[in-house]
Amino acid sequence: MGSGLLIRGGRVIDPANGVDRECDVLVIDGKVSQVGEIASSAEGAAERVIDARGKIVAPGLIDIHVHFREPGDEEEETIASGSGAAVAAGFTSVVCMPNTKPAIENETDVEFIHRKGRQTRKTHVYTMGAVTKGREGVELAEMGFMADAGALGFTDDGRGVQDPAVMLRALKYAGMFDVVIAQHCQDDSIGGKGVMNAGYYSTILGLPGIDPLAEEAMLWRDIQLVKKTNVRYHAQHISTSGSVGLIRQAKKDSLPITCEVTPHHLLLTEECCTEYDTNYKVNPPLRRAEDVEALKEAIAEGLVDALATDHAPHLQSEKELEFLAAPFGIASLECALGLYVKALLEPGIVDWPGLIRLMTSGPAGVIGIDKGTLGVGGQADITIIDAGAEYQIDAGTFRSKSRNCPYHGWAVKGRVEKTIVGGEVRFEL
Amino acid sequence: MAVVLDAGQIDRILGELTAQIIGASERGVEIAAIGIRSRGEVLAQRLSGRLSEALKRDVPCGTLDITLYRDDLNSPQGHAQPQVRTTDIGFDIDDKIIILVDDVLYTGRSTRAALDALIDLGRPRAIRLAVLVDRAGREFPIQADFAGYKTDAGPGKLVQVNLVESDGKDEVVID
Amino acid sequence: MAALKRKGRQTKWGHKHLLGLRELSREEITYILDTAEGFEQISTRSVKKAPPLRGKVVVNLFFEDSTRTRNSFALAANRLSADIIEFTKKSSSVSKGETLLDTARNLEAMGIDIVVIRHEAGGVPKFLSRNIKACVVNAGDGYCEHPTQGLLDVYTIRKIKGSLDGLKIGIVGDIAHSRVARSDMWAMTKLGAEVILVGPPTLMPGEVGRLPVQVSYSLDEVIEQVDVINMLRIQFERLGGNPFPSIREYSHYFGLTVERMKKAKSDILVMHPGPINRGLEMESEVADGSNSVILEQVTNGLAVRMAVLFLVNQAAAMKV
Repeated sequence: MGSGLLIRGGRVIDPANGVDRECDVLVIDGKVSQVGEIASSAEGAAERVIDARGKIVAPGLIDIHVHFREPGDEEEETIASGSGAAVAAGFTSVVCMPNTKPAIENETDVEFIHRKGRQTRKTHVYTMGAVTKGREGVELAEMGFMADAGALGFTDDGRGVQDPAVMLRALKYAGMFDVVIAQHCQDDSIGGKGVMNAGYYSTILGLPGIDPLAEEAMLWRDIQLVKKTNVRYHAQHISTSGSVGLIRQAKKDSLPITCEVTPHHLLLTEECCTEYDTNYKVNPPLRRAEDVEALKEAIAEGLVDALATDHAPHLQSEKELEFLAAPFGIASLECALGLYVKALLEPGIVDWPGLIRLMTSGPAGVIGIDKGTLGVGGQADITIIDAGAEYQIDAGTFRSKSRNCPYHGWAVKGRVEKTIVGGEVRFEL
Repeated sequence: MAVVLDAGQIDRILGELTAQIIGASERGVEIAAIGIRSRGEVLAQRLSGRLSEALKRDVPCGTLDITLYRDDLNSPQGHAQPQVRTTDIGFDIDDKIIILVDDVLYTGRSTRAALDALIDLGRPRAIRLAVLVDRAGREFPIQADFAGYKTDAGPGKLVQVNLVESDGKDEVVID
Repeated sequence: MAALKRKGRQTKWGHKHLLGLRELSREEITYILDTAEGFEQISTRSVKKAPPLRGKVVVNLFFEDSTRTRNSFALAANRLSADIIEFTKKSSSVSKGETLLDTARNLEAMGIDIVVIRHEAGGVPKFLSRNIKACVVNAGDGYCEHPTQGLLDVYTIRKIKGSLDGLKIGIVGDIAHSRVARSDMWAMTKLGAEVILVGPPTLMPGEVGRLPVQVSYSLDEVIEQVDVINMLRIQFERLGGNPFPSIREYSHYFGLTVERMKKAKSDILVMHPGPINRGLEMESEVADGSNSVILEQVTNGLAVRMAVLFLVNQAAAMKV
């Protein structure tokens, strides 16, 4: 008798292994032991049997772009509160961004994040490290030490690496290690002081704009650098149709380039800013409807590797500031699945296996971890989803410390019922 | 709805008012007519014409908008939102006898507002009140110096003055 | 007053805030202008005061330097017998510490009735109006709107030209960073004028083609056609970067010179929201010339602001 778990009769969707059928999953000692029709005689091995009939049984969901604000802004979010929110949303692994205070820029910082994550015992918590010291874009941070300590990649997220020479150096140097360099593509000399997309709405609202060119110029530049260095590169939260075009060409050219898309860039447009509600202030900014369409098309085409929330919690008091002064960010981790269902599944852009791939093996591939599948022998991170369950998003009940969620009150479909991390049920409805 | 004054009666009353005003006016003191928007304005123009003719000299005429001086500006006004219009008095009111003209004197509140508005424009020698209809129901200690038709129409009634210039015909009706 | 009741007048002004002109209809703008006419004479008589805002408290909440607009609002409030509190503060973009909302709620706790606000950030008046009970009047927010300036501009034009219908109006200068240009544009086009924005492409706002206006980069071409020319002030503090190579070159292409004025219609109105950078946007001879209505704009501003204060207060009373 081991610490077994038998999940009976669910629709098992494991895109990485081409599985989509009704069957059982047996977990023994925290690992996937068997996927298929399991005889009732095996029930003895299981401490617990979960009836998953009518539910989807998927590999644990992975979000490679979250901000848990620790260290530095613990009043907004902590690794404990953030991973509590994550596990309730079906995520079994998350990757924290290094723009904390101070920034994650050496192995001690990386170990701190990992330790806090382990202590919380909710999800696996990973982190990226900063590309440059203090995310200032000048001197390289200690990427080697951080990679050795388990950092899964590097980014100055919140800001792009502005200086092309520094970026070139970072890519070259990263070539020593098997890591990905991720970039928040935004050229500050073009987009610098902007607070929303530059265009008609920024004109009539009298707010400084961030031109789509700011994103596209940096992405284009980075693609040229990647051509030279051939180091893995990940474009974070792409938001414009121009970026989609660049990614399409880069993939055609077989460059080692991946990209992610957020729920807000799939569901909201710049027009949402007309009431100056700072819950719609996000960076990269909400773009035009044409951009949203281009991103959806990119997903349909298979150009997008991962969906990522860019969960960016902020205090109510900070979001109660004037639009110009309020911080960027949307807290959406806890309702992510429902949002993706609304944005992609309901309009028929992806089917369930397609959606699950973008939330599991896709992101795992970007950061190079052996997760996101239900392969036998792998760690048993499993999410059980009630695809038909409809509910109303209520930011008031979030486990996250922050409430800056523009989706409050939205009705969505697709609810996480159980989240199993390393064979342990860490969340159930 | 009852017509209490027709065009002929209104014309006769204006003649009487003119005579009364002339009878009461001091020799050597200039007089001027100022009407309260909007029916008082029309009546003041007619009176100033008659007075000019009778006195063989020009009796100037002006229009007073009292909206800014009303006492109900900060009370809920429902849909009867008073509109601020221009006050149009093209002469100096100092040391003149001002004949303040309104269509109906009822609660006295409009007159009170008009008095305050006039005082802000200067210091007339005297202000006299002339009205076409003097209706019972005063809420302020204000009386007309020259009153035409008197009525004690109850509080539920509507006394309506129609004039050719603004309404197409001369008549006073009680509803 | 019986006269008012019997006509069953409809409410023509129902807004307890004046946030911008974009959201107002032609009728509403016209109503403000008509009302302002009734306020003009207060400033010309011996007692320059009327009582409609007696016992009301107006706060001039200015987070950005301004003498002209602040004084104009203060005088307007005074002439309507309101009490006025001056509150000038440099805005801070710090995200922690006392917020704008704290400041406003503190003022509100003192029992204010109308907040006149100027702020460097677009949308602040709207944001405030959602969060406090007092009336909010926008005295300029970022480069979004400056509605009372827009109103006084169209008031001035209407007073002289009778109507804006069919007029051609040029607005020249830093359109991108100008709240005056935006408020003018909304008011003028709603009142039937044709607006041409003039300036270098680097000072045009994003997707200007979607606005209900024409765009020109040549003042020489525009000056010949227009009935009114509004010269914006070059606001060095807002420019940022280097949108034109030099002041010399800017003046050469976009300055209103005596020479250029020779090509204009003889009855063209020359406007400027002030304060003028003499010799930059406009030569002194033009600013002080016979076509200039710059000082009339200032005078009319007072009547317009009185009307606005009166109307928002009236709308607030109506909704009690």
